[in-house]
Order: sequence, then structure tokens, then C-alpha cells
Amino acid sequence: MTPPTAQVLDAPQTKSNVAMAISDCDIHITPADMKKELFPFLEKRWQDYMATYGARPRQPYITGPAYPKGQPDAARRDAYPPEGGKPGSSLAFMREHHLDPLNIQFGTLNPLRSGQGVQNLEFGGALCRAINDWQKAEWTSKEPRLKASVVVPYEDTDAAVKEIEARAGDPNFCQVFLLSRSAEPFGQKRYWKTFEAAAANGFPVAIHAFGYGGVPVTGGGWPSYYLEEMIGHAQAQQSLLMSLVMEGAFERSPDLKVVLVEGGFTWLPSLCWRMDKLMESMGDEVPHLKKKPSEYVKAQVWATTQPMEEPELWPHMIDMFDWIGWDRALFATDYPHWDFDHPERALPVRLDEERKQKFFLQNALDLYKPQPA
Amino acid sequence: MATPAARRPREKHVVATLAEMPPGARKLVKVGTREIALFNIDGEFFAVLDKCPHQGGSLCKGRLVGLIESTQPGEYHYSRPNQVVRCPWHGWEFDLRTGQSKVDPSSIRVRPYPVEVASGEQVQEGLRDGPYKAEVFDVSVEDNYVVIEI
Repeated sequence: MTPPTAQVLDAPQTKSNVAMAISDCDIHITPADMKKELFPFLEKRWQDYMATYGARPRQPYITGPAYPKGQPDAARRDAYPPEGGKPGSSLAFMREHHLDPLNIQFGTLNPLRSGQGVQNLEFGGALCRAINDWQKAEWTSKEPRLKASVVVPYEDTDAAVKEIEARAGDPNFCQVFLLSRSAEPFGQKRYWKTFEAAAANGFPVAIHAFGYGGVPVTGGGWPSYYLEEMIGHAQAQQSLLMSLVMEGAFERSPDLKVVLVEGGFTWLPSLCWRMDKLMESMGDEVPHLKKKPSEYVKAQVWATTQPMEEPELWPHMIDMFDWIGWDRALFATDYPHWDFDHPERALPVRLDEERKQKFFLQNALDLYKPQPA
Repeated sequence: MATPAARRPREKHVVATLAEMPPGARKLVKVGTREIALFNIDGEFFAVLDKCPHQGGSLCKGRLVGLIESTQPGEYHYSRPNQVVRCPWHGWEFDLRTGQSKVDPSSIRVRPYPVEVASGEQVQEGLRDGPYKAEVFDVSVEDNYVVIEI
């Protein structure tokens, strides 16, 4: 492939009328150099371990998730920092390239490279702690618009709870962060305490596409194409949401707030319709549920909007959010990834001012209530 | 036979020296308010409006790929290497010769512009009598230039 040459001038001019402040509920960051940036936060024992054995994820591909994904590093090709390093590794460049031109007032940091999915649970836990310390030291303490995620080793519930409690009350952190493809569906008993700890400490739980459960992304086996994997994320999210509802996660913790990230959202109404209908026939199988599944979802679940789903006729999107609830949508770009949504272009429908404010900004502020660190 | 509608006379803009655009080179150039992506692909020049009609990614930063077609599963035909630009954001692909999109060729295209190479002499003459414009170049007779027609 031909890299852009040095003769490339400036990026296209950003339109000067990007006036509206927005929230971005899915920004990805990664250390430019794992050793250099993470080792200061990692015990020497685990530094040696990383150098000697490395991280062994729970997945069928021994080298890690399959890359490239459509674009190198699954990233916009214009998102590489000029000083080098992967997209999402430079705060200075992110300000200039993303936060300032798009007028982002509030953004959540969602690191994907961490200790999640590492089979050595203690090592995975140490990496998660290090990533959290790094987010605070290198990002949120320097940039008040950004808030960190508490990345937890969710297959080790005791360690996950400990990490949540260690970050509780710290205004640098705004949510607990999980990946959608866990070893078992997330509603199951082994994960209960993680969700309860998040709810008890005021953290919404963001569940992002991807993960290391070791099971296929689709309900029907391993697909052949990346295209199918991308579409399959919606299935993984539906399964975990159904599990959370049916196992009573929302019933047990009325304060639990779940944010579904990057797994689509237009399936939410039909999933709720199906759950509600079958509950009428088989509610006695799950007598611990006191409400209709759709009621839990409408009260305790949010969804980020990227990748925006694209109906044949855009006005149908208005119906969709009428069904999901206009207060449930959290605008997200997925910067710096290639399937980035631009706030001016991703939803080409005319919204009244109130809905626009909620959709692009206010819903996120109401949910996360960011405080100065 | 109907007379073709009168159209604005073409302008020819000098946008690069030939020396700075060897095969494989690309350049984002500005002509008036337009930003145009200029490519030299194996010695042939292509120019298209830089802004992707989908969400506005800069095509100048896109990867160049070939045309991949298939008549049926299990068969493929690969042709025209490097003559299709893939948007650096969402990967929408455009034929650099026609500007047509692979996503929806009948209704989505990025505007292509004719490109030519002109000698310094030609350019100097053209600057005097039209239609050449060279806002940012001192044109010397010894050099050759890349010219985009708008």
C-alpha cells in the first residue's frame, strides 16, 4: 500500500459552523508504546512476566484478534499522530484533530488494549490496573473534557469488584468498561457482583463490542468475513442484554445503568417486543422478574449511536428513536477507528432543537454527570 | 440539433511541477475554494475532488486498490491496479477515472477533473493569453508542470 506522501497538505478544512457542543461516548486510546507507558504503573513482577511470557488471550487465533480490519489498526488513515505511534496514542494530536474541531465537550475514553481477556487472571488484573492509572496520569488529569473508563478483568469478579471500589468517587473515571463477548453471558451469577459494585458506586457499565469469550461472534458459528464479524456484534449485544434482563440484573439493582457500545441499536425495539411477548407465556420460568423486560430496558439501558444504522428512508430513524426513547441515545464517533461517525453527517435528519441537544450532548451529561477532577 | 448550453470557459490551473509528482506521488491541491486530490499512478495523472461524498473523509489520504469484480461465487476478476481510491474513513471506493462510486455507481460519484502535463513554454504562453492560471508558481521555461482543468 502507498502511504500518503510528504506532499500532502492540510486535512480538508473543517466547516466553521460546527458550533454545537457534543458528547462523544466512544473514544479509543492506546499507549504509543506499551512498555514505555505502562511499565511505570505495572509491578516489576508483571513487567518481567510480560517480557518473558506475554499476554495469552482466550480466543481461537493465537496471535490475537484478526488484523487488519478494513484499515490498518482498524483506524482512520488520517488519525496517525505526526510524532509517530498508533492512532489514539497522542493527546496533543487528539485535541487538534478531534476534540477541538468537533467541539467535543465531554468524551469517554474506552481503551481496548488492556488486560481484559488475558487468561492469566492475575496478570490481566495487573494490566487493567495499569491501564486505569495510565488513563488518569496521561489523559484525564491533563484534559478535563475527557473521562476515563474503569477497565476491569471481568472474568475474575473479585478482582473486578476490587478495581471498581478502588476507583469509586474518583472524578477522573465515569464508567466501568467491559467487552461484549465474555466467557458466559453477562447476566450469569459469576458476574453479579461486578454489576452490583458498579451500581453501588455510581458507575454506569459500558459494554463495548469485541472480547475474548472464545465463542463465535454470531449465534451460528465462526463467519468467514470481517463484514460478518462487524454485523455480528449486534448479536453478541442482544445475547448479553437478554441475559442481564432474564437473570434479574436490573431487578436486583435498580441503580444499575448499562450502556451498549458499538453494537447497533435498531434491534432494541424488536428484541424487547419478543421478550415481552414470551414473558406472557413463560413468565413462571423467571418469577424473579417483576416487570416486563422492555420496562427494565427503557429505564436502565442506553446505547451509543455509532456505527449509525442507515435505513432506506431516513425519517424511519425518527420512528426508531421514538420507540427506543430519545433520552437513551448517546452520540459517539468511535474516533480514531475507521467506522467513525461525523456528527454533521451521520444522522441526516432534521431534529428539533430539544431532541438534537439530547441526542448529541445532554443525554450523556445527564447519565455520567461529569465532575471536575 | 439543439445547441449545447453555453458553459463557463474552462480554467487551467498549474498545481505542481512534474518533478515533484513522480509515479506513486500524490498531492492535495487547492484551486480557488476546491480541494482536489492529485495522483500520479504509474505515470498517468488523476484528479478528483478531495472530499468523500459520504461523510467527508480526505480521499488524498486513501489507499489505492484495484477493481475487483465477480460474476459468481468462487470466481473473481482483478483489474486496473491502483486506479480505485478507498476513502481513509469508511472505505468507500471510487473509480479515479470516472469518479463513480462502487457503493452506488448510478447516483454517487466524486467529481473527477482532467489533468495534463504542460511545458514551461506552453504555460507561460497560456498565462499571458489564457486559459492558464498559476497563483502559487513561478513558472520557468525549463520545467514541466501538472495542470488541472476546472
